[in-house]
Amino acid sequence: MSSADIYREIILDYYRNPRNYGRLESPDVVVRDTNPLCGDEVEMHIKFEDGKVKDIRFNGKGCAISQASASMLTEMVMGKSLDEVKGLGKQDILETLGLPNLGPARIKCALLSLKVFKLGVYSYIAERMGESEAASIKDEASRLF
Amino acid sequence: MLSMLDVERIRADFPILGRRVRDGKRLIYFDNAATTQKPKQVIDAIYNYYMNYNANIHRAVHQLSEEATEAYEGARAKVARFIDARSDEVVFVRNATEAINLVAYAWGRANIRAGDTILVSEMEHHSNIVPWQMLAREKGARLQYIRIDYDGNGGNSMGDADGGHGGGGDAGSLVLDDLHHALSHESVKLVAISHMSNVLGTINPVEEIVEVCRDKGKGTMVLVDGAQSAPHMPIDVKDIGCDFFAFSAHKMLGPTGVGVLYAKRDILDSMHPFIGGGDMIREVHKYDASWNDLPWKFEAGTPNIADVIGFGAAIDYLSAIGMENIRAYEHQLTEYMLSRLRDVKGLRLYGSREAGGRGAVFSFNLADIHPHDLATILDEDGIAIRSGHHCAQPLMERLGVAATSRASLYIYNTREEIDRFIESLERARLIFRVG
Repeated sequence: MSSADIYREIILDYYRNPRNYGRLESPDVVVRDTNPLCGDEVEMHIKFEDGKVKDIRFNGKGCAISQASASMLTEMVMGKSLDEVKGLGKQDILETLGLPNLGPARIKCALLSLKVFKLGVYSYIAERMGESEAASIKDEASRLF
Repeated sequence: MLSMLDVERIRADFPILGRRVRDGKRLIYFDNAATTQKPKQVIDAIYNYYMNYNANIHRAVHQLSEEATEAYEGARAKVARFIDARSDEVVFVRNATEAINLVAYAWGRANIRAGDTILVSEMEHHSNIVPWQMLAREKGARLQYIRIDYDGNGGNSMGDADGGHGGGGDAGSLVLDDLHHALSHESVKLVAISHMSNVLGTINPVEEIVEVCRDKGKGTMVLVDGAQSAPHMPIDVKDIGCDFFAFSAHKMLGPTGVGVLYAKRDILDSMHPFIGGGDMIREVHKYDASWNDLPWKFEAGTPNIADVIGFGAAIDYLSAIGMENIRAYEHQLTEYMLSRLRDVKGLRLYGSREAGGRGAVFSFNLADIHPHDLATILDEDGIAIRSGHHCAQPLMERLGVAATSRASLYIYNTREEIDRFIESLERARLIFRVG
């Protein structure tokens, strides 16, 4: 995958003009993670209501891929039910980014936001429905990379 | 180019430089501050040991062991000559990090007390910060920083309309007032400072620092982290006058897994061992033991024999070229690189724009392109650079950036490679549609 393919207009647009960037006043969960190898950083604020993602914001710093991916993810999950977002996988993110074949050196950049989001869903469910209900989500998050 | 060394002949000694990467691109290796490539003389020396005289050293009486011991101790003698030390002042460890940890554990634990100050600088690598944080916490000592004079106001940004000239020539040097102040007001037991920054390229005035510590300190010891300097310039530990000097083989054409701690003989004598075990003892009884002579007192267990021998070959290689010649050649490369970087629009260099007083390490950011994205684009052109925090997060904080891109050069790099690197930066500007 050449960098002309990676850095298409849409990725650069989300990098420079991120949607849903910022913080929420009273989120149900705030979750943050970093990629220690390169220092990418993503924090998400999520508000749930009636079993749905009511509102979500992200902030952080990092490369175009990590930040565009976080921004696109917030759009993907906004208004979706917990069941729907629990099913989100690696490939969903990579395809939305238009980077289905991203190489090993950069795939973590693309998946950091999904990991953070899953950890957010995990902590929301664990708090309300117990650890056993949520354990598999945490597992999935840790297996992303 | 006027040159004091024959770069083409040098390049021919490095098989890897003939490699093609990323669909047939000629490799341009600009990640030498992380690790350097190895000439075939080094690879052959390691191969030859395993093929022809592999044996454990020091105690056996058979011929192979004799040969291996001679080669291993021969490498120590070469290293000692290389830095103007005595052989018994050269301790082999795994890397510069381990050398610094050896000092922190074996010297620091016995000598640092509650209320003492350990002084480092804002430009240190994590390897010269974290061991002191651990020691300071354990002992209730204070860890303090000598600041750098970076102003963060574009004094060293390049390529802007008005950024090319004036000011910023010394950006990224140490504020030595902080050293004077600490020595006058506190019980500074140790100053641990890098000789050359792995991010800014700044060469610090370690001779002056040692002199100030001798004048104003009360028995203040000085450790010099030479991981980035020993590969690139002549080192004379007697001239520097430091108490400890640490460096790594793999950053100077040698193999990974070998580092050196130099320390003055009387200091090593006074120190307890760091790691206990075989080879570091004179006698062992059931409940106590006595220590071997220097430097073996600090080399417990079977050492990295093959790679120490390989390091010996690397020292031979560097010595044959001459460290003065290497420094002079890299100075030329640095001048050329700085002149080319000046023309790249939107490029911000972290460190001095003057070739004197710095090495061929260039940290920068280009417009709003994140270093990882930039490194991906350059990699596509066959150019290996590094992006990230370079194990110097406190420095990144000081510079106010999350990460930088870093190109670091060595004796086998050329002006033509710099040209291709600059072209690739321009390509990155296009891909990112930077105006």
